Parts: sequence; C-alpha cells; structure tokens
Amino acid sequence: MPAPVIQQGSPFTIKLEKRLTTSRLNNILIPVISVFLALVVGAIFIYVTGNDPVKIYQTMLKGAFGSKYGISETVVKAIPLILTGLAVSIAFKMQLWNIGAEGQLYMGAWAAAYVALFMPDLPGFLVLPTMFLFGFLGGAIWALIPAIPRALIGVNETITTLLLNYVAILWFGYFVYGPWRDPKGFNFPLSAAFPEAARLPSMFDTRVHYGLIIGLVAVVIIYIMLKHTKWGYEIRVIGESPNAARYAGMNIVRNILLVMILSGGLAGIAGMSEVAGLTHRLQPTISPGYGYTAIIIAWLAKLNPFAILLVSFLFGGLLVGGYSVQTLGLPAATAYMLQGLILFFVLGGELFNRYRLRIRERGGK
Amino acid sequence: MPQVPLVEMKGITKRFPGVLANDHVSFEARSGEIHALLGENGAGKSTLMSILTGLYRPDEGQIFIKGKPVQLKNPKEAIGLGIGMVHQHFRLVQPFSVAENIVLGMKNLGLFIKKEKVEKEIEELSRRFALKVEPKAKIWQLSVGEQQRVEIVKMLYRGAEILILDEPTAVLTPQEVRELFKTLRQTANQGKAVILITHKLNEVMEIADRITVLRGGKSVATVNKVETNKIELTKLMVGREAMLVVDKKPPDLGPVILQLENVNCLSDKGYPALKDASLEIRGGEILGVAGVAGNGQRELAEVITGLRRVTRGKVKIGNKDYTNVSPREVIEARVAYIPEDRVGMGLVPNLNAMENVILKNYREKPVCGPLFINGDYVKNRARQLVDDFNIKMTGVDKAVKLMSGGNLQKLLFAREVSCEPQLIVAVYPVRGLDVSAIEAVHDILLAQREAGVAILFISEDLDEIFKLSDRIAVLYDGQVMDVLPTGKTNVEEVGMLMAGTRPEREVG
Repeated sequence: MPAPVIQQGSPFTIKLEKRLTTSRLNNILIPVISVFLALVVGAIFIYVTGNDPVKIYQTMLKGAFGSKYGISETVVKAIPLILTGLAVSIAFKMQLWNIGAEGQLYMGAWAAAYVALFMPDLPGFLVLPTMFLFGFLGGAIWALIPAIPRALIGVNETITTLLLNYVAILWFGYFVYGPWRDPKGFNFPLSAAFPEAARLPSMFDTRVHYGLIIGLVAVVIIYIMLKHTKWGYEIRVIGESPNAARYAGMNIVRNILLVMILSGGLAGIAGMSEVAGLTHRLQPTISPGYGYTAIIIAWLAKLNPFAILLVSFLFGGLLVGGYSVQTLGLPAATAYMLQGLILFFVLGGELFNRYRLRIRERGGK
Repeated sequence: MPQVPLVEMKGITKRFPGVLANDHVSFEARSGEIHALLGENGAGKSTLMSILTGLYRPDEGQIFIKGKPVQLKNPKEAIGLGIGMVHQHFRLVQPFSVAENIVLGMKNLGLFIKKEKVEKEIEELSRRFALKVEPKAKIWQLSVGEQQRVEIVKMLYRGAEILILDEPTAVLTPQEVRELFKTLRQTANQGKAVILITHKLNEVMEIADRITVLRGGKSVATVNKVETNKIELTKLMVGREAMLVVDKKPPDLGPVILQLENVNCLSDKGYPALKDASLEIRGGEILGVAGVAGNGQRELAEVITGLRRVTRGKVKIGNKDYTNVSPREVIEARVAYIPEDRVGMGLVPNLNAMENVILKNYREKPVCGPLFINGDYVKNRARQLVDDFNIKMTGVDKAVKLMSGGNLQKLLFAREVSCEPQLIVAVYPVRGLDVSAIEAVHDILLAQREAGVAILFISEDLDEIFKLSDRIAVLYDGQVMDVLPTGKTNVEEVGMLMAGTRPEREVG
C-alpha cells in the first residue's frame, strides 16, 4: 500500500502512515479532542450569529445537567438513544450499515400501539409483555425487509434501510391522521390514550420511565452476547473478515438475517418504550431523529455497549440543552448543528487513530 | 553499437515491512521491442513496474530514461516522461465516452474541450496502431477487450513511449488476445518499447523479443526469445539449486482418503479453471502439486474444501461423496486447510490468538457450551498450542496481525493440525517465510504424514516439492498433466510438464 501523500509543492511532505495498532489512550483521547474541536467550531458559528457562545454553552449545560428536572429529561432522551444506539452498533459490527433505526423505531411503536389500542381482552399483566414482543417484531420485520435482498443478492442495505425510514414514518402518520385517530380527540392527530395497563411506570417522580431499565439490561445482554457467546463470535469474525468466516464454515446469509432482526428489534423496542413510557398515545412525531443520532453515538462509542450508554447520556443532554437555549432566542436546532459537527469531527479524527502523521523534509527518507 | 535503451533500471531495491520485494533488480527495455517481464506471483514484477510508473519510490537504485537519470516522484511525472501503464483493473469512468476517458485528467486542454478535435485525434491514433476504438461510445457499452484498447489508446494519446501492460491477457478471450498481440507488435514497430508483465510462458514465446525473468525479488536473467525455450524459462522462473534430499521413511500407506474424479470448475472470472482433473491421495502420503502459479491450484484447493462449486465431476473424501457440500461439512470430515491467503482467510488479523485458535472448532464441546464459549478452556488451549508449536508472540490476547509471517503460519498450522485431520490441503504454505519457519512447516507436514494423514501439498518451488512429496502431480492450464512417483521422475520432466509439454517417456 502506498501511503497517501496529501500535500505537494512545499519543502515538506506530509505523509500518512498506517498504524498497526491503536492505543487505548488514542481511542479515548481522539474522540474527546474531536468533540472539543466540534464545540469550538460551533462556538465560532454562534459568535458569528451575534450571540455569546460561552453563555450559550453554559445555558445548555445547566439546562441539561443543572437541575433534577434537567437531568431527568436528559435521561428520558437517553433511553431511546441507548436502544437505537445498540441496534445500529450490532449491525455495524457485522459491517451491515443499518441506517434504518428511525423507521424501525416507528414500526415498533406502531405495532406496540396496536396491542395497547386494539387488544382490550388481553389480561392486564400480559399487556406490556405483548407490547414488548410486538414492538420487537415491528422493528425486526422492518429490518428484515432490506436484509433479505442484502443477504441473498447483495442489494446495498445502506440505501434500502434509509429509504424504508420514510415509508415507515408515512405509514405511522397515516394511522395517526386516519384510522387510529381518537374520535373524541377534537380532531387533533392523536390516537386514543393507552389504558393504564399499557403504560410503562415512571420513576422518581419524573418522566423517567422503566424504559431505562430495558435499556440498561439490553446493554448488558448485548455486551455478553458479543463477547462470550458462539453467536457473538460469529458476528465478530464475519464483520472482520467474511472470507475467514466462509472458510470456517459459518453461514453468512443466516447471520445477516439474524443480526438485522436483532438490530431492528432493538430499535422497535425503543419505539415501544417511547409510546408506552412517555407519550402514552400515538402522535405524528415520536422521535426527533433518534435513529439517526444513534449512528453518531454508535460511532463515537466505537460500538462498545457500555460506551454507548455513556455517549447516549451526553447526547440526551445535548438535546435537552438545545431546548433550553430557546429562551435565549436560539432555535433548538442548535443542538442538531452541534451533533452534526461532532459527527464530522469524530469521523475526521478517526483518520488519526488509524494513521500516523509524518512530516518530512523533501528528499529525506 | 547498441542503442541507448529507452528505459534502464539499475540496482533497484524496494523493501516493504518484512519483505524484500525487489533486491538489486536490473532491467532495460529498448525502443522497438516487446520485452516480457516474467516471474511467478510475488516475484516482484508489479513492484518493479510500480517503481517505474512513480507509484513507489525505490529504496536504492537508479532509473534512466533515454540515458538520463530521473527521479520519479509520482505517477504524473512518469507519464510526463512517456511512461504509461495499463493496469489489470482498468481505470475508466463507466458512464463517460471513450474520448472523455482518454482526455480525463489532462491539463493542457483549455477550459472547454474541443471535442471534435480530440475525437479526430483519437481516430487517427487508432488507425495508426490498428486499435479499433469508437471515440463516442460509452465505456459501459464496451467489452473487456475494447476497454483494454481504450486504456492503451489513452496512454498513447498522452505520448507514452514506454507502454507497460500488467497481465493484459488475463481478462481476454483467445481471439482478443490475438488482436492485442497484433496491436502490441504494431506499437513496438513505431519505435515504442512495450513491457509485458506476465507469468504465462506461451504468451512470452509467442510475442516477446526479449525476456527478463524475476525470481524472489531478484532479476535472474535476461534472454533473447530466439535463444531460449519454455523449459529453460520454467527453470529460471521456479529456480533450481542443488537438490536437497531428506531422509524420510518410505510412506506407510493407508486407505484412499481423497479422490477427485474428472473435476471441472470455473475461475472467479467464469472461465474453466479445472478441466477433468483426477487424482487420489492415500493416508500417510504427500502428493505434491507442481505447476506455475495460476494454472488451477487455488481452485483445486477450493473445490476440495467446499468453497468453490464443482461444475462436473466428483470429490470423494474417505470414500463418501463430498461434491458441492458446504465448507462446514468438509471441516466436519476433518479436512484441514492452509489457504493461500493465510491472513484474511486462514486467520482473522484483528482478532487475538485465542479467537483465532477456535475458528474451526468453536461450535464443538468443550470449546463451546450450548450458548457460551468457554473462555478459560480457550485460553489454555491457545497457550498450549503456542508452547507446542514454539510460536513467538506478545500474548494470546493480542491481535494476530502483530505477529510475523512465520509465526502466523505456525499458528495456522497449530490450529489445523490440532483438529486431528485425516486430510491436509496446504496451498503455498511457505511462501514469503524465512528459512527457520520454512523448516518448521516442513517438519509439521512430515510429522503429519507419519501420523497417517493424507496431504495435498501445492507449491511453486520444485525443490520443495521433490523434497517432501511421495508423488508429484503436475497442473497445467487446469489439467492434471501427469502424476509421477517422486523417485521415478526428475526436475526436467516435471519442468516440461509444467510448461504444458508431454515428454516422450521411454517405455518400461
């Protein structure tokens, strides 16, 4: 492999050399520096718009972590981020680029809502487990649709999963605006409220609900599954080297399907926990793009389940902080701008994790 | 008085981490000649030409173009000096037209491309060199042969004086090959130098004027075509030093373990790769497969291990039919496989030694319970193998890509042998290894032979084949030319078979 030369015509050449190993320190330091630089660029942008970046960042920090309410809201946002973050990371681990967590989340929410709204004869104690199952299946089936052509004839899943997001959101919207709209709801596009048995209880007198427990358990299960089980081993081998997997007699087609089912299922549970734990009914929008933010989170966390937990809280805080700057006259989209910048810098920073910068004088060795 | 060569490379040395790819190689090409650069895979041909085209910089050595020393810093400078290369994988933009591809990246065209002028120039070039191309056609509409012509025209349009082609016939049909050779001759007749990278002897004998043979990174000889023949070239390519005789015991033959009956299969490109190949191996013997690389060796190993479809014929292991079964079934029939790509296929570079050690038996007890992999057992087993096979590494929990080539291969053998195989398929198992690692591999193979294992041993080194094998099968163009007992043949005979010629054998 020739090292790419990125600059010419100066007395120095800057060369990138591939690193054989990535050190633990770099693995942590580089993302942290990347996030910091993203915040610096964000600050410049805020400054140019005539605002005081220090004040804005302070307000965001305070809004997200400065009070019991702030922290609880941050946790509320972190719940779907943990679940969708896990969902995409498990697919990414096998080099399956599932960009469809957003749509899978919506389908999970839709399927869970079906149980809550239209299965009144179900005994109370079975309602939540059934919603959980349906939520999983809703997301899983939605992920299976692009997984089958991917596994059998190699259709690029990046595009198909992405496009199915729009289908899922429109499908969801159709029911909220149409057949599932609450007749007693003054014509608002809302479904009827879920019965009490279909609601995940809240904790600590806040909006934080038992979805948090589901998320934490999922983190532990996925971690153990990947690290210590036969299936997790197959996933890692296939992700690292499909040829070696074939050589070892692994069934790649079956694994693609199973991993996509699990990935979609986790995203579906995120949707279920949103409607059962938070909104308690269907409304036109139940996610401000959790499924997309999940991609950034999975990447920042290097696909490590525990790191996903941590990063999800930070991104939850970023969202909540984004809402709090609205009082200063900035749009909540400031948070998305920062999210975008962070992804941009983290992806850029990856380069320095994999390559080492060498600056040499021309003609030197 | 000899003319000044168009290109002269002197004492070129290029090192890559762990590999000496070019070792003081000298090479020259003159105007008006077709010069073949002949050598096996890994002999250093591509590296040498990458240096000439400015992709790599040599660690040592000098390059002269028309007698003047030059420093080629990048491909652009090489093109500027009239060096053009047609790569095996074409560099064409599919939706663009032929003319657009040809001028793509050129600087002196002005802001607007004068399309008609360019097209006219291309038509003229194509007449002069007997290269039929249609400037207005889109690349995606063209056959592979036509695309290759576009690449050649592209280089000529840029004023290439030295035209390098990397294995140009690999992708062509026989008719297209004839067409290409006509073009190359015409190009040479116009005073250009044509350099042909190849490992195919037939082509060399058909088209080349002179031949430079590379082996193991060194230039072994430059010969005139009229003064040589295929057999001599084969010897130069595969090398023949003093024959080593090992005192191995006569084989203690067991039952037939592997049987191929008229096996046919296709290559990755969809051409026939094995043609009615038949052979059998008994327990306790090593069958060496000799042949110039690329004559069906890889495919032979893959049809046995279930990685490639057999289109016709039968594969039997232990007298049971194993034609077109899954790789897993072959593994379960206790077939060990040392693939050509030891890293990336045989081993997973980013996983650690423990994870690599269980690649074949991770499904079985006691490595794995119903759900969980038994971490302690795996760790002990990995440590055991590392000790038994004397493998040097920083730790069983470190990614194996940090290990040296020899230790990687020992790890691979350790895993495969520890699964107690009845058959071992080993493809180029010592390629790129140092002497001590080669010896270790040979010792492992001989020990397995004594333990009654049947071994299919594919190698490109005749010395090695003669040293280890009990019988030698020669593969040429996908056919098993012959299977000979090692004691009743010699390098000359095997060399001729490798070149596709059946020697007259005395009867008796």
